[in-house]
Amino acid sequence: MTRFLTTILIGISSGSIYSLMALALVLVWRSTRVVNFAQAGQAILSTYIGYIVISHTNNYWFAFPVAVVFGAAAGALIDIFLIRILARRMGTGPVAAIAPVIATLGLLGIIRAAVGMIWGGDLRQFKLPVTNHGFTFGHTTIPFAPINLLIVITTLIVMAAFSLIFQRTNLGLALRASAYQPEIARLSGIRVDATRTIGWAFAGSAGAIAGILVTPTNYLSPNSLDLLLVSGFVAAVIGGLESLIGASLGGLILGVSLAFVLEYVSSSLAFPVAFVVLIIVLLVKPSGLLGRKRGRDA
Amino acid sequence: MRSSKVRAALVFIAIGLVLFLVSNRVDELRVYQGAEVAVYVVAISAIVLLTGYSGQISLGHGALMAVGAYAAVLSRNYWHLPIPLTFVAAVLAAALFGAILGVAAGRLTGPYLAGTTLALAVGLPSLANEFGFLGGEQGLTYDVGLPPAWLGADFTQYKWFFWIAALSALLIVWLTYNILGSRYGRSWRASRSNPTSAALAGIHVGRSKVLAFTISSGLAGLAGALLAMTISLVTPSAFPLSLSFAIVTGAVLAGVTLLTGSIVGAIVLVAIPELTGSLAAHLGGSEKVTANLPGLMTSVLLILSVLFFPNGPKLNWRKVKKSSR
Repeated sequence: MTRFLTTILIGISSGSIYSLMALALVLVWRSTRVVNFAQAGQAILSTYIGYIVISHTNNYWFAFPVAVVFGAAAGALIDIFLIRILARRMGTGPVAAIAPVIATLGLLGIIRAAVGMIWGGDLRQFKLPVTNHGFTFGHTTIPFAPINLLIVITTLIVMAAFSLIFQRTNLGLALRASAYQPEIARLSGIRVDATRTIGWAFAGSAGAIAGILVTPTNYLSPNSLDLLLVSGFVAAVIGGLESLIGASLGGLILGVSLAFVLEYVSSSLAFPVAFVVLIIVLLVKPSGLLGRKRGRDA
Repeated sequence: MRSSKVRAALVFIAIGLVLFLVSNRVDELRVYQGAEVAVYVVAISAIVLLTGYSGQISLGHGALMAVGAYAAVLSRNYWHLPIPLTFVAAVLAAALFGAILGVAAGRLTGPYLAGTTLALAVGLPSLANEFGFLGGEQGLTYDVGLPPAWLGADFTQYKWFFWIAALSALLIVWLTYNILGSRYGRSWRASRSNPTSAALAGIHVGRSKVLAFTISSGLAGLAGALLAMTISLVTPSAFPLSLSFAIVTGAVLAGVTLLTGSIVGAIVLVAIPELTGSLAAHLGGSEKVTANLPGLMTSVLLILSVLFFPNGPKLNWRKVKKSSR
């Protein structure tokens, strides 16, 4: 019974990270119709910035906001200097439909190479903000540790903040309007381009949070977030790629089911299971759990 | 029609002769790089067929190459197949894998397909670490054997690799050229440009997409086996994510709808590390810079070509010519 419960807890903790990454992908997809593969790069760059701050100040709590702000700025800059130009130049032709995908891919390559040039390929370790030694009840120590609790709580706060912004503020209304009907939003006086950039900034910060939360329990290297990008994508697709709640839910579903496979079946099956889940979702319910019902040829 | 096919075949034979003559005159490193170019040509042709004609994108062809490479080496180790048949095994295994994937992928478009294949590229090669018979990180050796004795004593191993790879590449380009010009190539282009009217014209759009994915995967499998041959080894780290990206870059650089572009793209891919290597040596950059310069260059080229020549330089040039008339 304890094993069952702790597996759920561990799943929620890793699922929270997937949710954050999925959130970052969904935010960009909603505003720009681009699946931003460079998100892994943006997140890793922000995490390295956080790493620098930590190694200078020895303080995780100071590095956290720095990384988040950096991630937001990087997201905004990418939108302004790459995606806008791309959208303007995108003509017709066989490549037009896949041009954004290829562009974000190229960006991912550039960021990875730049990170490798600056920091090299060595694996680095973060100082833990809180211990990763499991909670103890009586005589049993469970694998769920304060660091996992920190991940879950931070994710909850981030999600709450995002849903407040989206549901209760004018900015959120503008963001939703420009995602839903850009033309009409523009006609009603919303500066769609600017809101789009804000969407990219939000996504960048969500990715940065995912990176800086996952790294203490892992290690840091130029490609240590590649798998997270894939898990985030799977989570986003489970949730329908459109919905923020769907993304969080998708992350939790993926996290918990992977935790069970890892705990009860085999630790080598994590990737195949995630991949099979992705394929099944795409075949059975291509619009995802919470996606709008329509074709996916946007 | 017939005479143009004969002419094309003659051109290919002529290219082959020139290549083989040249390979006798250059040093070992160039011969090895020639083999690399040939491997890339096969892989890029797979992307040209898939993306340029059928309009599907794959970021996972590196993983499909891994499937082919492991199929080749396993069929060699367990069934002791002769070398040419291990290449066939590579093609078949990758094509089968691609067909299964294609059934799912045929229903996906753009970002979904890209994400799914990306997942494959990230996760699949590392699976080899989890199963003992795949050899783990050390990998499995893949030995195609010494060149036959009648080629002479000074016929080196690398030259043998080059001959095999170049012959395969020529065959594949010729084959792909013919497929793309056939009924199938036309129906792929029709389904890409306008699925609805293609369906109205009697093309089974879904089936034609799956077929394209299957053939493309088979080609990738062959490229994987050839790659394994040139390094005599199959390891997960021979098929990193950057390999998948490199192939896509090579295809996009030279215009993804042009099969001849695959040769240009392949040469660029092999030339970049060489160029950046000497550049870094000139500038005296540290090892970190040297190791990452090729990746940086390829990615910058990728972005620039998508921004400025989304349909390949040649196609743009044609447009310019037409509009100036």
